Amino acid sequence: MQVSLAKRIARTIMDPLDGWLLALLAGVFVLSMIALFSASNQSWAKIDNKLVYTALSLVIMWLLARLSPQTVMHMALPLYATGVLLLVGVELFGITVNGSTRWLNVGIGRIQPSEIMKIALPMMLAWYFQKYETTLNWRHYVVAAVLIVIPGLLILKQPDLGTATLVMGAGFFALFFAGLSWKIIIGGGVTFLASLPVVWNLMHDYQRRRVLTLIDPMQDPLGDGYHIIQSMIAIGSGGVWGKGWLAGSQTHLDYIPERTTDFIFAVYSEEFGLAGNLLLLALYLGIISRCLLITARAPTLYGRLLAGAITLSFFVYVFVNMGMVAGILPVVGVPLPFMSYGGTATVSLAIGLGMLMGIGKLQRR
Amino acid sequence: MKQAARLKDPHTEERQLYWRLLVAYLFMVLMLLLLVARFVWLQVFQYEHFATLAQNNSISLVPVQPNRGLIVDRNGIELARNYASYTLELTPDKIDDLDATIKALGQVVPITPRDLKRFQKFLSESKDFEPVPLRLKMDDTEAARVAANLWRFPGVEVKARLYRDYPYKELTSHVLGYIGRIGPREKERLAAEEKTANYRGATHIGKLGLEAVYENELHGQNGFEEIETDSAGRAVRSLRRTAPVHGNTLQLALDIHLQDVADKLFGARRGALVAIDPQNGGVLALLSKPSFDPNLFIDGIDSQSWQSLNEDWQRPLINRAIRGMYPPGSTFKPFMGMAALEAGAIGPNEVRPAPGYFTLPGSSHQFRDSNPRGNGSANLARAIAVSSDTFFYKLAWDMGIDRIHPLLAQFGLGSKTGIDLDGEAVGVLPSKEWKARRFAGKRYRDEHRRWLPADVVSIGIGQGFNTYTPLQMANATAILANDGRAFHPHLVQKVTDARNGKTRLIEAAPYRQLPFKQQHYDYIKQGMQAVMQPGGTGWRLGQGLQYSMAGKTGTAQVVQIKQGAKYNAGALAEQHRDHSWFIAFAPVEQPKIAVAVIVENAGFGATAAAPITRALFDYYLTGKLPDDLRGQLETFPPSATGKQDASVAR
Repeated sequence: MQVSLAKRIARTIMDPLDGWLLALLAGVFVLSMIALFSASNQSWAKIDNKLVYTALSLVIMWLLARLSPQTVMHMALPLYATGVLLLVGVELFGITVNGSTRWLNVGIGRIQPSEIMKIALPMMLAWYFQKYETTLNWRHYVVAAVLIVIPGLLILKQPDLGTATLVMGAGFFALFFAGLSWKIIIGGGVTFLASLPVVWNLMHDYQRRRVLTLIDPMQDPLGDGYHIIQSMIAIGSGGVWGKGWLAGSQTHLDYIPERTTDFIFAVYSEEFGLAGNLLLLALYLGIISRCLLITARAPTLYGRLLAGAITLSFFVYVFVNMGMVAGILPVVGVPLPFMSYGGTATVSLAIGLGMLMGIGKLQRR
Repeated sequence: MKQAARLKDPHTEERQLYWRLLVAYLFMVLMLLLLVARFVWLQVFQYEHFATLAQNNSISLVPVQPNRGLIVDRNGIELARNYASYTLELTPDKIDDLDATIKALGQVVPITPRDLKRFQKFLSESKDFEPVPLRLKMDDTEAARVAANLWRFPGVEVKARLYRDYPYKELTSHVLGYIGRIGPREKERLAAEEKTANYRGATHIGKLGLEAVYENELHGQNGFEEIETDSAGRAVRSLRRTAPVHGNTLQLALDIHLQDVADKLFGARRGALVAIDPQNGGVLALLSKPSFDPNLFIDGIDSQSWQSLNEDWQRPLINRAIRGMYPPGSTFKPFMGMAALEAGAIGPNEVRPAPGYFTLPGSSHQFRDSNPRGNGSANLARAIAVSSDTFFYKLAWDMGIDRIHPLLAQFGLGSKTGIDLDGEAVGVLPSKEWKARRFAGKRYRDEHRRWLPADVVSIGIGQGFNTYTPLQMANATAILANDGRAFHPHLVQKVTDARNGKTRLIEAAPYRQLPFKQQHYDYIKQGMQAVMQPGGTGWRLGQGLQYSMAGKTGTAQVVQIKQGAKYNAGALAEQHRDHSWFIAFAPVEQPKIAVAVIVENAGFGATAAAPITRALFDYYLTGKLPDDLRGQLETFPPSATGKQDASVAR
């Protein structure tokens, strides 16, 4: 009796979750705890904190995974509309920190509506395409483009280029899986490349300097280039096997900026080397593969589009963060999924993966 | 519509989705492989390079400090300069036993308890890998002695550093301010302004005065040097060097000779003096007495010196010229007269009684005249010359505060002048709104806030709620002297770019023209000129003038004298005696200098402030010095750049 009750409870808890994904996430979590302990100079307070918000994220993931995708889908339009309204609110009454207006005070505290948009926009598009699935024509793509551009421009205006790119990217992925014509995709890409010289001419001096610093960090080795150089030194000096846990000199001599958050990968990479990097990349690739499999098996168009967009967004986070820390992409504030220290980012990732598990659960029955 | 038709077919749609999923998957795998390639490049092929860099990291990139810009007076005499000397610096990170090392170093060069205390303070403010100075300003022999012993002390360095020096110390402190060590608060500010990179390796920053206001001009642009070092952190060779851009040179409108003369004329007395060129708003002299030696602050003031400066009852740290708020006393009358003429409250040459006291209708309170017998009757010009109080009580009463306030505000009274120094006080040009605001607090009742009819009376003679800074009074005088053309007073005249030697004028903002009648200016000036002539309150100081001079004496009450009692300086504690005021400009026809002088607790305007002004004008306009000042003045080096302003006659 006892055993079977425990089994039943375990089954009730495990049932909505995807075993594969959960196992892979657990792997990333273990690595992230090891890296955080070193990056925070062995701060138990940060470890405790991380445990708390990870537990919270798990609960949220579980709750969303239990809900049927149909129920969640009905929240798409209200969530999107609320998100846009809040973004307008930010534009009008937002709180300005360091020259950009991203936050809104809603009485109980401040929120960042652009975070909501990261999930609300793909939900909205998936819902929209599902609604018109049978009559789909080019007009719907135009409407979809408008749905992407409205929050995109609002976020761009804050200004927050990083988040705007991520939000519009998530929207574009939904469009892509909805069958946006290759001609338009390739045409758009070519137009973008062709417009770069024009954009260059329109840029301010300081913006050009930032781009040049990206191409050659040595141009500004004491300013913007400093962080990139230091994090490249950390990665490079890690070698194949790393310097060992808690033995990274770059980390512990304070050369790595933001080392518990955006640059935690530099800490990990210095101490665990190429081998550690490959292990982490393998885990991420596993997560992405599993997510794409769920996408392919999803029974509805809504499920496919949303799951696809979530998966690609997840990949973009991983790629942009690692590319930035390794010095091949510009420094934009994108955390490394489940590795970087920070509750908000973890919870919002958990929301996405929870919905994805919900979609995945549907096909198995 | 072909596309739409295709989409409606579920099988095609599904095939298309799988195809796209495959494309996306291959794309992602490709990108992740790109990352792998990057990691292999960094961690395998470039491993040696980065491992070396990591090992020598603390010295691979050394910022090269720019030289701080100089500050020179209008004739090119250096008021703030740099000189090179040696520091002994310790990097806590690289030293096993800090105390033992310091003790051992003490055998090589003298290290005082003061040095130690300062070291501890800096240590607590810096990170472990940052070098912290233990000894400053070592001479050549000391530096050589340490250098010979350096092998014994890993983590200890001798560095050549530029020191800031203010050669004229007390004379310039309230103008130049000083630089000091960058503290936690400045670090935060630099981070907020995104200037951290340009201050990497910098130890000092402008804290006060022009050094703070013009920090961006003076600091310059960091250079950097890539240096290869051995494992002990000693430089082996320089690989690459980008030269810093040195700070720009500030040239002041201030004339250090004039400043010196003004200072010596004050002697040990307390007060302030501001001299302005009315033609362009350039500040020729700005003095606040007593003063302090700014050099004390550069590397952290010791607590004893700080205590004695901070607790001195004479408040040497306060810049009285821009922060001291004093009732203007009778120096207010020319401006009050101007307002009365403009308001039509009195006509030029209209004669009125100037009795010994003034009473309000239905009241027995006597507003007394400084001359108990009164001055008979007078027109406005004579009322200014003899400084009749009752004449101005009546004028103020007739006009009322609502008409007085806007007219006097035109002279910049009661608002910041906009001088290029921080911390300027606003002063008080009273109005009904001001009084309501001033007494809005819970401690006050409605009757405190309400404007009383009697309030306006003493305002007419510059007492009551009136308070202004000496700078505001000098500025108002310059505006009057220049027939209503008002400039923002400014200390810095030109900035010379360190890169190309090009000179940029700090524009005196385009002047504002006051909307007053020329004949009124002429009339008031006539009254102020009469002050310096027989019968005027300053007639003694108008004797033997080689140029025309207009002035106004003033005496500012510090304590209220009881009804019926007499002011008796001897019976009052020194701090309660009246302040001596004088405002003046010369030559009257084409004013070259306008001043406001206040000597604290020195009594009647004509006895202290006016003689200073006369001697200063004599020096500035004719080059003549009072006999007793000869030999007391500083010797200034002949300016390297030659006389830059030919308009200054000497």
